[in-house]
Amino acid sequence: MDNALGKSPDEVQFRFRNDEMVDHAAVTVDSCCDQTNATAVRIEPGDDARVLLPFLDRLALIEVNFPAFGDGRGYSSARILREAGFTGELRAVGDVGIDQLSHMRRCGFDAFAPDKPLNEEDAKRAFATWENVYQATIDGRQTIPQIRHGG
Amino acid sequence: MYKYDSYDQAMVDARVEEFRDQARRRLEGSLSEDEFKPLRLMNGLYLQLHAYMLRVAIPYGTLNSEQMSVLGDIADKYDRGYGHFTTRQNLQYNWIKLEDTADILADLAKVEMHAIQTSGNCIRNISSDHFAGASHDELVDPRPYAELMRQWSSFHPEFTYLPRKFKICVIASEKDRAAMRLHDIGVQIVKNETGEIGARFYAGGGMGRTPMIAPMIREFVPLDQLITYAEACLRVYNRYGRRDNKYKARIKILVHELGRDEYVRQVEEEFAHMLEQGVEPPLEEIARIKPFFADPAFEDGPKQVDRSDPDFALWVDRNTNRHKHDSYVSAVISLKPVGGIPGDATGDQMRLMAKLAKQYSFDELRIMHTQNVVLPHVKIGDLHALWTELEAAGLGSPNLDTIEDMIACPGLDYCALANARSIPLAQRISERFDASGKTEKLGELKLKISGCINACGHHHAGHIGILGVDKKGLENYQLSLGGSEAEDTSLAKITGPGFTEDGVIEAVDKVTDVYLDQREGEERFLDTYRRIGMAPFKEALYG
Ligand code: HEM
Ligand code: SF4
Repeated sequence: MDNALGKSPDEVQFRFRNDEMVDHAAVTVDSCCDQTNATAVRIEPGDDARVLLPFLDRLALIEVNFPAFGDGRGYSSARILREAGFTGELRAVGDVGIDQLSHMRRCGFDAFAPDKPLNEEDAKRAFATWENVYQATIDGRQTIPQIRHGG
Repeated sequence: MYKYDSYDQAMVDARVEEFRDQARRRLEGSLSEDEFKPLRLMNGLYLQLHAYMLRVAIPYGTLNSEQMSVLGDIADKYDRGYGHFTTRQNLQYNWIKLEDTADILADLAKVEMHAIQTSGNCIRNISSDHFAGASHDELVDPRPYAELMRQWSSFHPEFTYLPRKFKICVIASEKDRAAMRLHDIGVQIVKNETGEIGARFYAGGGMGRTPMIAPMIREFVPLDQLITYAEACLRVYNRYGRRDNKYKARIKILVHELGRDEYVRQVEEEFAHMLEQGVEPPLEEIARIKPFFADPAFEDGPKQVDRSDPDFALWVDRNTNRHKHDSYVSAVISLKPVGGIPGDATGDQMRLMAKLAKQYSFDELRIMHTQNVVLPHVKIGDLHALWTELEAAGLGSPNLDTIEDMIACPGLDYCALANARSIPLAQRISERFDASGKTEKLGELKLKISGCINACGHHHAGHIGILGVDKKGLENYQLSLGGSEAEDTSLAKITGPGFTEDGVIEAVDKVTDVYLDQREGEERFLDTYRRIGMAPFKEALYG
């Protein structure tokens, strides 16, 4: 197993769930498919998140890496995993900044381990950026069109 | 016209506050310029050769008098008294200070305007037919569908960091006045065999260094699946569009490299999956939006003008478009005065256009991708009064679709990426053709100039296209012929070796002579070119 992968629990700055954190390192998508006991996996931008769908039941943590915040493939990966019913921890790691938080949250991320720790006040404001939203995602929020037409 | 409700307003207000906060963090230094850049870009703020440039979104090119008037006020208050209407139906200010931006955005938000997603690798402002809701030849008004897509594409959580910018165009007539197939996604609202309204999708068009015409990817998407289908198109692009090379990152390259059929297969697969996810807004939303675009209260009136003044008659012939109501026309205000800067308008001119729209066009204006302004619903009986006021303000040029009605990008006068100047060239060409009286003889002739390969001036789609290239530090221009952005979309071909600034003006003159010499019947320049091919033009240029 590649021990260099994955964030340690103390690097997780924001977490929106109460279950216990997985405390061992994540494996690559390739080794996740080969290993039957891995419970944490790390997705890189070029990985196809759908490869993981057969294993979702046994996964407690999926880390989605953002080597550069401008590479938005991880947003699709996150939504795809949630759409497939993944209920474990979905953690955004890497180049995650204040201005990405609100969109990431909407795509299903519920934990954040930014490379560079973020200002708590700024982050709090960022998570609350949108009082209402236009698009339906798996976060279950009622959308503006739904509210307009009585939910 | 669409009117924000409290939800739409809150979204825009939230963005103004968000940007204020980002600008604060930049000024405090907690954001580096590298980190700030994509954020300011998502708010339409570019750093150019001399100053910041701010791009204001005009959704589907439609605005009201109050909005136009505020655009004029901003030009006076924060810029140097003018603004530039662009081929994307937006407005650009060229001389903006970073410190002022949040205040400008707040001024805009007061009249339901913003600069959101006018740049950056996100879904950009949606463009449409400038005669939407007015023209005699449309199936329905495309704007309710464009508005639905505007809301869906605003602050989209998944599609904010796409491989590259993404431009969508929505039209609803066979005649294409919006270069629909040169967009990343083109949507045409159509009727199927059973008389049901739906959307035909095209994907993978674009200009830039590798121009491509979008192939059709789905004949008919039912209206209650429109957003879901668009979402599937975008997801496939977000996941598989190239990110290794920004010149190959547009969706056109993905569609080209996968092949249309494979792209379609992947989209259909994703679409089938998305249909299960309930991402489509309720169909009542379209029903809610539609009445905003209902016809104003048209009245019967004169159906003809008094043609005794030949200048007026010429303007009517050139600059008006047939309306769906026979007592009205759509009138085009040309922003191409002879020797002027294509698409520029002063603050005073903007306020005048706003006033005229209120007086003569049910408070509504449109921006054309050809950088002109439309008053969509003018009573034929009011045309003379309107024209008189336009003439007095230098806005009455009767040159729509002529060689003087050029598209030109900002070029080396403003743009940091330019190889060559576009604006002075445009000015000299219009002066020359006006002075020689040839403009009128040439009839419809679309000349388009870009200052570099990025093709902001649509040169690939010009009947005659001019591209500025850099040749050993000297400005040099390539000439191309035979492009079209209309329903007969085609890409122009390069004539041969390039020219100096003087040389390219001569060259334009020569190719128009070939046309005048060879044309048959009612042929336009483009038709003659298509019939006789490149050879006779080459002969005249280089022979
Ligand atoms: C002055 C600052 C501007 C800069 C830095 C700029 C930059 C660019 C770049 C880099 C591209 C190529 C994108 C690509 O191929 O992926 C592009 C394309 C384009 N720009 Fe601009 N532009 C500017 C102004 C304008 C203006 C004023 C207009 C409208 C008159 C405009 C309209 C367009 C259009 C229509 C395209 C082609 C879109 C396509 O490839 O499908 N741009 N611009
Ligand atoms: S075509 Fe080139 S020179 Fe002209 S505005 Fe676009 S990037 Fe600048």
